[in-house]
Amino acid sequence: MQAFTQHTGVVAALRQINIDTDAIIPSREMKRVSKEGLGEGLFAAWRYTLPGGREPRPDFVLNKPGFESSSIIIGGSNFGCGSSREHAVWALKDFGIRAVIAPSFGQIFYTNCINNGVLPIRLSDETIDALLKDCDPSQPISLSIDLADCSIKNPSTGTVAGFDIDPAEQETLLLGQDKISQTLARAAEIATFRERYYQAHQWAKASEAAP
Amino acid sequence: MPESLFDKLWKRHHVCALDERRSLIYIDRIFLHERTGSIALKSLQADGRRVANPSQVFCTMDHIVDTFPGRGDATLMPSGEQFISATREAATAAGIQLFDIDDPRQGIAHVVAAEEGIALPGLSHVCPDSHTCTLGGLGVLAWGIGSTEAEHAMATQTLVVEKPKTMRIHFGGKLQPGVSAKDLILYLIAQHGAAGGSGYAVEFAGPVIEALDVEARMSLCNMAVEFSAFTGFVAPDAKTIDYLKGRPYAPGKGQASHPDWQAACADWQQLRSDVDAVFDREIHIDCSTLGPQVSWGTNPQQSIAVSEKLPALAAAGSDARSSQDKALSYIQLEAGQAIAGTHIDAAFIGSCTNSRLSDLRTVAEYLKGKHIAEGIAAVCVPGSKHVKRAAEAEGIDKILIAAGFEWREPGCSMCFFAGGETFGEGKRVISSTNRNFEGRQGPKVKTHIASPLTVAASAVAGHICAAETSAIDTQTSTAGAAG
Repeated sequence: MQAFTQHTGVVAALRQINIDTDAIIPSREMKRVSKEGLGEGLFAAWRYTLPGGREPRPDFVLNKPGFESSSIIIGGSNFGCGSSREHAVWALKDFGIRAVIAPSFGQIFYTNCINNGVLPIRLSDETIDALLKDCDPSQPISLSIDLADCSIKNPSTGTVAGFDIDPAEQETLLLGQDKISQTLARAAEIATFRERYYQAHQWAKASEAAP
Repeated sequence: MPESLFDKLWKRHHVCALDERRSLIYIDRIFLHERTGSIALKSLQADGRRVANPSQVFCTMDHIVDTFPGRGDATLMPSGEQFISATREAATAAGIQLFDIDDPRQGIAHVVAAEEGIALPGLSHVCPDSHTCTLGGLGVLAWGIGSTEAEHAMATQTLVVEKPKTMRIHFGGKLQPGVSAKDLILYLIAQHGAAGGSGYAVEFAGPVIEALDVEARMSLCNMAVEFSAFTGFVAPDAKTIDYLKGRPYAPGKGQASHPDWQAACADWQQLRSDVDAVFDREIHIDCSTLGPQVSWGTNPQQSIAVSEKLPALAAAGSDARSSQDKALSYIQLEAGQAIAGTHIDAAFIGSCTNSRLSDLRTVAEYLKGKHIAEGIAAVCVPGSKHVKRAAEAEGIDKILIAAGFEWREPGCSMCFFAGGETFGEGKRVISSTNRNFEGRQGPKVKTHIASPLTVAASAVAGHICAAETSAIDTQTSTAGAAG
């Protein structure tokens, strides 16, 4: 997995609440049995004039001059709620988004971000407002994120904000760790648990033979 | 120390603590479908890993598969066939049980997992699908995950989970005739917000829940994710045990004489929150005056009683206002207007929320001798082949067809524009599904989610309305709590 240490990039703001994963990538854009190439479908219903089409809607933030190369998204609370589709994160990543900042996230989406090297940052609306203060929202601005010291800086104004992240998630992202390998290293412990578990709950074993 | 049911289930599956917040949790059952499971299986195999315990992994075709009679692998969605064939190949290679398109047990993942006895009270059950919490209705610790997490579960039989806080929601009083579990959950989300359950495992309890049949409990728990809960569940009881009797994958195949079944029943009877259990949050809802609900906006939180008016405009400049403006502009309704009487183009009965036999019985009971309004398109998609056969044995298909409904093959269908199925661009649809998000049922489609009964009544009227209560036989309204 791609590690995340520091990143500086253009910010696209989509600050409405409850942006669901159907909006991040509509189901019709999930065309291949693959994690790649989904960036084109990112925010498709908002980004293009016609369903399935590719003509950009000029009023959508990612289509505005200077915002095409956005790599940080600022969203509203409960960002990524709804469907568990990991395609939402794969689409963000494929588009080039490295971090998403929002007051809160859909839980499955949050975990999917961590598992794909995309940094989800929880920041209150007030802190976000402070970071963007004195910036013209029509002009692209950059933010610098440092995951090692959990800080975000607006280089144009010098404003700095700190953020909190679970230390284990921080380490996973900093080192680009693969969670499956880490857990597989505990195979013996899991096997011991399993034995004890089925001794206590023999009935819970799955039927081996199809009925 | 008294424990909640969630605490007990957590402890039972707790392999080890990884740090202060996260634990390794043992996973009993993994269910996959062709849209997200295909990638999980393929990616796992590409990484040279194997499914640790194939007998604990199951897969169905529901999300992309066509629902037209006589269907095969072809779908309306371009390249849909790739998902179907990739799933078939990967499932076969992994040696897991696949309920393929022509299998007599095929259906929507969460419908099949329950009716086959795969998801069982007290087990941990995951699926790369957010509505996995449906199975909480059986007292299963069930939750939705991403594809990478599904790979983790298949490779290690565990997941890394941060322990959620606990919430109990007590539904008191007695439901009015014609009011169902769907109305309860829409009301809860409207009152407490689409993020109201964020970070919580939610136990639904109280006399109204005890009175619900098991299928209605699944409809309720289905939408726990729309409340942003980690999961929702109901403690198993005699009704749950009765439901599981004779299910093919149940312990001892659900046979009363089998020692595994007897041991399971004894265990399940202990699965309840202790009397003095302390929850991080409790909510009490009085259901006595609750009426049928319907969504007016683009999130389940934007729901009201069918008899109510859309909320007035929120204060200018507020977040609530911008979200409201966006929803109103998409749904093409005005603040403060009545929702009843809104013309509809189409009606849909189906999805993991409301496609079980009890739902179809309620709909058929109402539609008997009636016909949908002129110009309305109406489709019913049973949740599984099992549900379809059982409904046909009772003549439900004939009643629905005579009323003007299409009767289809099982799958997710129009719940989310699956396989490209839609009523058409910009149509206004009343739907027994779970999400009214923008574009969820197809480009610009305006979705109003409601109970199956409200969908049926609206289809007959040609506009949004609740069923006239005199028409409801409370004995057969099994999707409600009357029983």
